Amino acid sequence: MALWDLANSDCITVMGSNMAENHPVAFRFVTEAQARGATVIHVDPRFTRTSALAEIHAPIRSGTDIAFLGGIIHYLLVNDLWFRDFALAYTNLAAIVEEGYLDPEENDGVFSGLLADRGIYKHDTWQYEGQISAAASAENFEQTTEAFEGGVARDARNPPPTDPTLQHPRCVYQIMRRHFGRYTPEMVEHVTGCPQATFLKVCDALARNSGRERTGAFCYAVGWTHHSYGVQIIRAASIIQALLGNIGRPGGGVLALRGHCSIQGSTDIPTLYNMLPTYMPQPNAMTQHGSLADYLKAQTVPTGWWNNLPKYMISLLKAWYGEAAQPDKGFAYDLLPKLTGDHSQLPTTLAMVDGVVKGQFVFGQNPVVGNTNSELVERGLANLEWLVVRDFAMTETASFWKKGRLVRRGELAPDKIGTEIFFLPSAMAAEKEGTLTNTTRLVQWHDKVCDAPGDCRSDLWFVYHLGRRLKQLYADSEAPEDAPIRALTWDYPTNGDLSEPDAAAVLREINGYTVAERRQISGFLELKDDGSTACGGWMYSGVFPSADENRARSRKPDRPGSFTHHRGWAFSWPDNRRVLYNRASADPEGEPWSERKRLVWWDAKSGKWTGLDTPDFIRDKAPDMRPNWEENPIGSEALGGADPFIMEPDGKCLLFVPSGLKDGPLPTYYEPVESPVGNPLYKQQSNPAVKLWRHSANGLHEVGDPRFPYVFTTYRLTELHCGGIATRAMPHTAELQPEAFIEVSPELAREIGLNNLDWAVLSTARGEIEAKALVTERLRPFHISGRYVHQVGMPWVYGWEGYTRGDTANVLLAIFGDPNTSIHTTKALTCDLRRGRLYGTRARL
Amino acid sequence: MNQIRRRLARKASEFFKDWSVPRQLSGQSAVAEAARSSLSEHQRPRLEEADRIGTSICPFCAVGCAQLVYAKHGKPIHIEGDPRSPVNQGTLCPKGAGTLGMMLSELRVPEVLYRAPHSSAWEKRPLDWAMARIAALVKQTRDETIVDRLADGTPVRHTLGIASLGGATLDNEENYLIKKLLGGGLGVVSIENQARI
Repeated sequence: MALWDLANSDCITVMGSNMAENHPVAFRFVTEAQARGATVIHVDPRFTRTSALAEIHAPIRSGTDIAFLGGIIHYLLVNDLWFRDFALAYTNLAAIVEEGYLDPEENDGVFSGLLADRGIYKHDTWQYEGQISAAASAENFEQTTEAFEGGVARDARNPPPTDPTLQHPRCVYQIMRRHFGRYTPEMVEHVTGCPQATFLKVCDALARNSGRERTGAFCYAVGWTHHSYGVQIIRAASIIQALLGNIGRPGGGVLALRGHCSIQGSTDIPTLYNMLPTYMPQPNAMTQHGSLADYLKAQTVPTGWWNNLPKYMISLLKAWYGEAAQPDKGFAYDLLPKLTGDHSQLPTTLAMVDGVVKGQFVFGQNPVVGNTNSELVERGLANLEWLVVRDFAMTETASFWKKGRLVRRGELAPDKIGTEIFFLPSAMAAEKEGTLTNTTRLVQWHDKVCDAPGDCRSDLWFVYHLGRRLKQLYADSEAPEDAPIRALTWDYPTNGDLSEPDAAAVLREINGYTVAERRQISGFLELKDDGSTACGGWMYSGVFPSADENRARSRKPDRPGSFTHHRGWAFSWPDNRRVLYNRASADPEGEPWSERKRLVWWDAKSGKWTGLDTPDFIRDKAPDMRPNWEENPIGSEALGGADPFIMEPDGKCLLFVPSGLKDGPLPTYYEPVESPVGNPLYKQQSNPAVKLWRHSANGLHEVGDPRFPYVFTTYRLTELHCGGIATRAMPHTAELQPEAFIEVSPELAREIGLNNLDWAVLSTARGEIEAKALVTERLRPFHISGRYVHQVGMPWVYGWEGYTRGDTANVLLAIFGDPNTSIHTTKALTCDLRRGRLYGTRARL
Repeated sequence: MNQIRRRLARKASEFFKDWSVPRQLSGQSAVAEAARSSLSEHQRPRLEEADRIGTSICPFCAVGCAQLVYAKHGKPIHIEGDPRSPVNQGTLCPKGAGTLGMMLSELRVPEVLYRAPHSSAWEKRPLDWAMARIAALVKQTRDETIVDRLADGTPVRHTLGIASLGGATLDNEENYLIKKLLGGGLGVVSIENQARI
């Protein structure tokens, strides 16, 4: 959803986020909705400024989000408070699942298909009855750290069997009623510590603000993703939103509040190991990706929009390998590197420690502060042959060899560290031009207004000139493994004395063009699978539709009094659509659900979808169109006019997910990997599919380990931004937040004899840090399983560089990942806390 | 003496006539006539000195607030929220409002620093030298670690010996070239950024 669309919401739940403090400008739309009468709910372990501005603050123990959200799903189902006309038509609620499916309810807390010794699931019993269904393209395979476990491709083009009466015992509705049966209000209080009365107030507010006339939104941040079941928390919220009819509609949706200016852009046009630009999977040696034909056969979903994959993939190969990408040579597909496992940041950190990685580039990131288990990161950096750090001021990652914790403690010394280190100063936003994509897919161009000082250069300059030099170094090689760098297209024009590459030329390549005429294409509908088009990122197609039209630079907001989603302000992918799946804002017949909540509708007279946003649907597909299964339809032809979820193989919103998730088709409550208490819901303690990488310097705490009795959670501050150096080197933000602190409840402070402003030491199996204590009622203990569970909180943003300094919270955290994303856990681990100082720390800092 | 006294009296009277508070007390409007003084007549907005104004996007979180950047002789002199933006409507949070302080921070490092293996100090080096050295190291490491096929013959054409981290603070065009060069050109697979954390 668009940020400004929050103002159209009748009920906003902020959960897993401290939006008022960390995304304050976006929070303006929450207060605007509130001024129009909306209810604002904050579900969070801490009482923050977001809680202070909310009508309801529901406190929960860190990490118990699925118990809380599962409780809401239970409440909506048993009290029949879901939006039937929406959910029955647009979700897979009526679909019938395989007979072999076993729910955690009847299978000791895990789903059928678990290979317990390997920590992975097989998906065959999660399928619809009588057919295997594909997931959205990138997740077609069950991928684990080690290998793939068989492919999952849709083998039937017929829609899944359904029971619209919802009586069939194996239809998704009945499965969900059983699955969430034990998530009662009593159980919610027992697990989360949130009083039942508060929980029921939240349920009531959500249910009241649903239906034809009303909508609600969820806003989340890394408070949801940084768990060993982060994807399943977000899934639980999506289930609630689909049941309540809050997807694709004004003021409805699940809004991710992401943390960096181009974190969305760097996901779309990814500097991520497992994807090619705009969500195409990186080829993997462990599955049927040997040739282009194999890859396309394995990855192309017969039905739904992703059936277009061959056009997008071949156009990408044309953009990257130009002349070398010929049809008889598989369009140079074999020049792409293949994955052999999980090459994400966490296992790469361990590969550095183990000496597999020899050289590393770091672009505006600071893993010594931002990566869990900081001291292990230092060990990894010390083991590299070379390291290139690009930033605007000195970072902990660049200076670990001189001022790092291991050096200060005497475990390492500069003369023992062989890493050759380059610090290259970077230009900043107004000193270079290009696009940034915000958290709602808005691609905004920024101008170069001033000159960067000294040797500061844009990262575009660095990468372009490094590539130019490497192409020269490899120019005479005839080795087959050097073919990719020789074939790579790298002919970007440069400007000025510094030979700055033209960012617009790169954006034109991302947009795509015809190969023969080198004409810009107007959108992804023009892309072909015969090599006649080139495109660096199909979803961005349309951002630069002609040689001199850069839509990311467009600055025409709606006039006051009119609202058409500011479609003249920059460009949002895909196709300048501001609300995804907005076909769902109309009923199955194509009429708005209500006048108050109209967005996109079917105009029978012109035979087209129209409205206040660009329709996210085939423009002339009538609401009553139904696929003719006799003709074996493919792609979008296999979706009907009342199937809004066009990226999914059957056009339905998936409440139950047959393929694509590594840890189960439905969200299930597990305790965090480190927890002071046993799982009150199931015999299974923690997520059975969690990614663990055992390492001697990365020990984990057992359940209820008396040495580490407190829950530890980390967060950031309005004034200090993430692990980078920017706000710690910025004078006024550093002055506002001058030093590190931890937050402790008055109850815990009394228990351990800690006073406000005392020094305290935090410790885990990974390390020890110290900081001053802030004793505050913003944190509270929770009464769980007959005892009090205390929580300790700490902003994680400190290091030894910049004006603001302090110990890094990530020293305490461990390396393990969510099964679906390999994202680390920072919100719920365990620790010890004592009054006092670490020996000699003051002198060392 | 009298002359001096008269001059002082005249100056004082002129000062009080020019001072806005007595004029406000005598009924003049504080936002119109009484806001003017001979001092304010000569004051000009600092932003008039800018020889260039452009649109930027805030470099911190992912909300995407638009900024107006004012520069003089190639240096930024002022940054504020862009009132036209439907995202921020002219507002900025404390981080965004401090963008100028970040750009002009005394902690900014404007030169290339090099730390030789086992050395205990940074040295300044020319950018061109650093670029040549980095390119040579990349080639050397890649050539030492590139794997064309696995033992069973499966083609991989990749290197696990080089890794890249970062991108969420960079432009889309920069991310595109990193993935294209390091992944598509050199066979690096561990290309990661803050989106994973």
